[in-house]
Amino acid sequence: MSETADQLLTTKDGKPLKAALAKALRRDKLRALALIAPLLIFVLLTFVAPIVDMLFRSVENDIVSETLPRTVIELQDWDAESGVVPGDATYNALHYDLMIAAEKKKHTQLGTRLNYEETGISSAFRKTGRRVDDFGEGYTDQFVALNEAWEAPATWVDLLASPDWVKSQATWAAGDQKATAEPSFVINDTARKALPQTSEIYGAFARTIQVEDQDSPTEEEPWNAVYSALYEDLTANPAAADAFSGANEALLSEAAAAVATFTPVDIKALFVKADKDWGEPSIWQTIKTFAPAYTSGYFLNSVDAQLTADGVQMKPEDERIYLFLFGRTLMLSMAITISCLLLGYPIAFLLAHLPLRTSNLLMILVLLPFWTSLLVRTSAWKVLLQQQGVINDFLVWIGVISDAGRLVMINNQTGTIIAMTHILLPFMILPLFSVMKTISPNYVRAAKSLGATNWTAFWRVYFPQSVPGIGAGAVLAFILSIGYYITPELVGGTSGIFISNRIAYHISSSLNWGLAAALGTMLLAAVMILFLVYDRIVGIDNVKLG
Amino acid sequence: MSIIIAFGKFGVSMADSLGAAVRYDGVQKSYDGETLVVKNLNLDIPPGEFLTMLGPSGSGKTTCLMMLAGFEPATHGEIYLNDRPINNVPPHKRGIGMVFQNYALFPHMTVAENLAFPLQVRKIGKSEQQEKVQRALEMVELGSFGNRRPAQLSGGQQQRVAVARALVFEPDLILMDEPLGALDKQLREQMQYEIKHIHENLGVTVVYVTHDQTEALTMSDRVAVFNDGVIQQLSTPDSLYEDPQNSFVAQFIGENNKLNGKVIDVSGSECLVELQDGTKLKADKVNVTNIGDQTTISLRPERVEFDPATDMDNLVKGKIEELIYLGDHIRVRMNVAGNDEFVVKVRNRGEKRSLKNGDIVPIGWARNDCKALDAVV
Repeated sequence: MSETADQLLTTKDGKPLKAALAKALRRDKLRALALIAPLLIFVLLTFVAPIVDMLFRSVENDIVSETLPRTVIELQDWDAESGVVPGDATYNALHYDLMIAAEKKKHTQLGTRLNYEETGISSAFRKTGRRVDDFGEGYTDQFVALNEAWEAPATWVDLLASPDWVKSQATWAAGDQKATAEPSFVINDTARKALPQTSEIYGAFARTIQVEDQDSPTEEEPWNAVYSALYEDLTANPAAADAFSGANEALLSEAAAAVATFTPVDIKALFVKADKDWGEPSIWQTIKTFAPAYTSGYFLNSVDAQLTADGVQMKPEDERIYLFLFGRTLMLSMAITISCLLLGYPIAFLLAHLPLRTSNLLMILVLLPFWTSLLVRTSAWKVLLQQQGVINDFLVWIGVISDAGRLVMINNQTGTIIAMTHILLPFMILPLFSVMKTISPNYVRAAKSLGATNWTAFWRVYFPQSVPGIGAGAVLAFILSIGYYITPELVGGTSGIFISNRIAYHISSSLNWGLAAALGTMLLAAVMILFLVYDRIVGIDNVKLG
Repeated sequence: MSIIIAFGKFGVSMADSLGAAVRYDGVQKSYDGETLVVKNLNLDIPPGEFLTMLGPSGSGKTTCLMMLAGFEPATHGEIYLNDRPINNVPPHKRGIGMVFQNYALFPHMTVAENLAFPLQVRKIGKSEQQEKVQRALEMVELGSFGNRRPAQLSGGQQQRVAVARALVFEPDLILMDEPLGALDKQLREQMQYEIKHIHENLGVTVVYVTHDQTEALTMSDRVAVFNDGVIQQLSTPDSLYEDPQNSFVAQFIGENNKLNGKVIDVSGSECLVELQDGTKLKADKVNVTNIGDQTTISLRPERVEFDPATDMDNLVKGKIEELIYLGDHIRVRMNVAGNDEFVVKVRNRGEKRSLKNGDIVPIGWARNDCKALDAVV
């Protein structure tokens, strides 16, 4: 007996029944998939992908490591807690990084980004960026004084360019120069090994002028930073010239012998001179803290915390704003949902119990707001609610309030609640109506015939059955209001704005997209959590939209 | 057996409660002010009676019930409950138990809570509530189902809960609005007997609305046949079938052969009718008065005999058009006097009968089996 129970059911030809069933249903599944495919692709491309990308920005932070790669590596060994600034090598690394970034004009972006974390960094980057190309000038002058050949672009090309590039560049130069761009500069292997820093900085120089300025390395004098790099290479490796041959070897030997006598340039002093913040450990701490490619900084910021060298800390009392705004958004949304329910329930009840013709007419009135521009409706509330507006005028006229005591009903929370309730009311009424429509009048009749008064029949029999509609309407109104933006913006003033207004501000004005994304993610998470809580308490199965 | 015992217990506690008397006095009802849905209804229901309002949809029977329950106001006239006018008494104060179409069990309450509801609103003590609920559940054989939700019960069980709920607060009048309409045939028949037995055991007055004539005939003490807002006939089930007062009742209750003709002679309680093809038939004079009146003769199919004795009141010939075998009887459709819808039911006694399509055979029936009623066009 037990054997047959455990036996796998099979079709007549011995295939497992489940597999056969799956095969039989596959066609239907594919058909269903094909039917939803256009919408699915559309939604994925235009909705899900941008949102995921946007949310990703809340943790993305590769701007520091991309703009200052050398500095970030140098800072790895620096103890942020030490209280002293990092060593000269770090300043040198920053010199090169900033030089390249300044030429590509990326240093201001980085400054803006780091300024979210510590005020003042933006100006340090901007000021330094203007002067950084002069930092290595001391070396340039000394090299040129040693041998004028160092001033000639050809010397550098001869020293550093790969023979292949020289050939193809010559071919290009002989032909129609406007037809194609100059071939990208390539360093030769000898130089890469013997003069690593020089090759790297020169390579960056060559690429930058080729791309940014459409100039040729054969015609441009290198940056001062290249001389600085050469000085360091030769100091570190005096025998570098041995790798080369001919004129280059002679030139380098001469330079290698001379560098020991050069007056070193104090790069650090130049940085501090450009902006005194560079002499403080805090700016370096900030750079080091935000060096990783991913950061929790935006999220911490969105809950009024910050990442410091001592770990996560709450911001000072007077700088906190987002938690308060989240709280206000939730409270106001709840108030709006409740007032929607209080106003909507009787209307839905009436609609559900009127004869069809009358209820259709009234339903059109309920839906009318849907067909009116949101902006028009909100502006209408401005006209009605303002202190010189229709309602105040009327109240003064009938003498309820004095002219001096006009009510403030707009540009505050009252305005937001009134206007939003009006806008979201249909979203409450429609689910309520559709649920009430399905409640047979026989239930109330039965309750009355069993001896219940009108109120008892309503409260104990009708109301519990309308709860799914209340649930659906409340969830709908609450979720819509929690993310609402335009109405609070227009009628909320400062005390009636929502978190979404702050998000919009960061998207369009402060351009701090990372923080905007973090706030958005927080909002999304809050809604999800509330949804789960709701599911626990009421049960999502109980939500009916019709 | 268990049913009877349970009834017994319930019955003891209700020994003092006799059914209520209901009286409709000249009641009229209109919804739109243009047409009358109920036209001048006068109806007396004595205590303890099982009265069924039977009729096609739109005949006004449900409206009459709703007026009695208090959900529809009467446009004119008065309804009395135990000689007390109740037009201005709201439904919850009438103390009438009601079983609804589709039961109207509260879906968000358990069975026990459903049953306790009428007791709660009457502010009856908790322990007494429990006791009564349990007794009512046992009466309908659902003693262990108290904690279930209505949706977890089968149709028949829901039906019983609905009946128990209407009875639990011991009303002396129960209204039932097509309560068995949603059940399948077998269950419906079983429930008919159960409701009938409950009625017999409790002695309450029951007003029952249905469009199913079998239900009406099975259960009722008296049946009021409604049509067009008027009671066409109010009588016991047997006389409704045997002695229909007009063509509507004859057609609505049971199967019926119609033969149209004209009265050519009247003597006492009988009359002679000439059919269109000249055939003359003797019939009971029910709904015709004068010679020359158009009339429709009503004749039950099972009263027609094949190969009749030569002294039968009515003897005609018919041509067999169709034979349908139905087990306990054979249905023979014939062409008689130009009417090819003439049906005869022949009891299946097991003997070989040599009926064939196309045969022309003699048939006959007694005078008092055919009634001369008002003419149907």
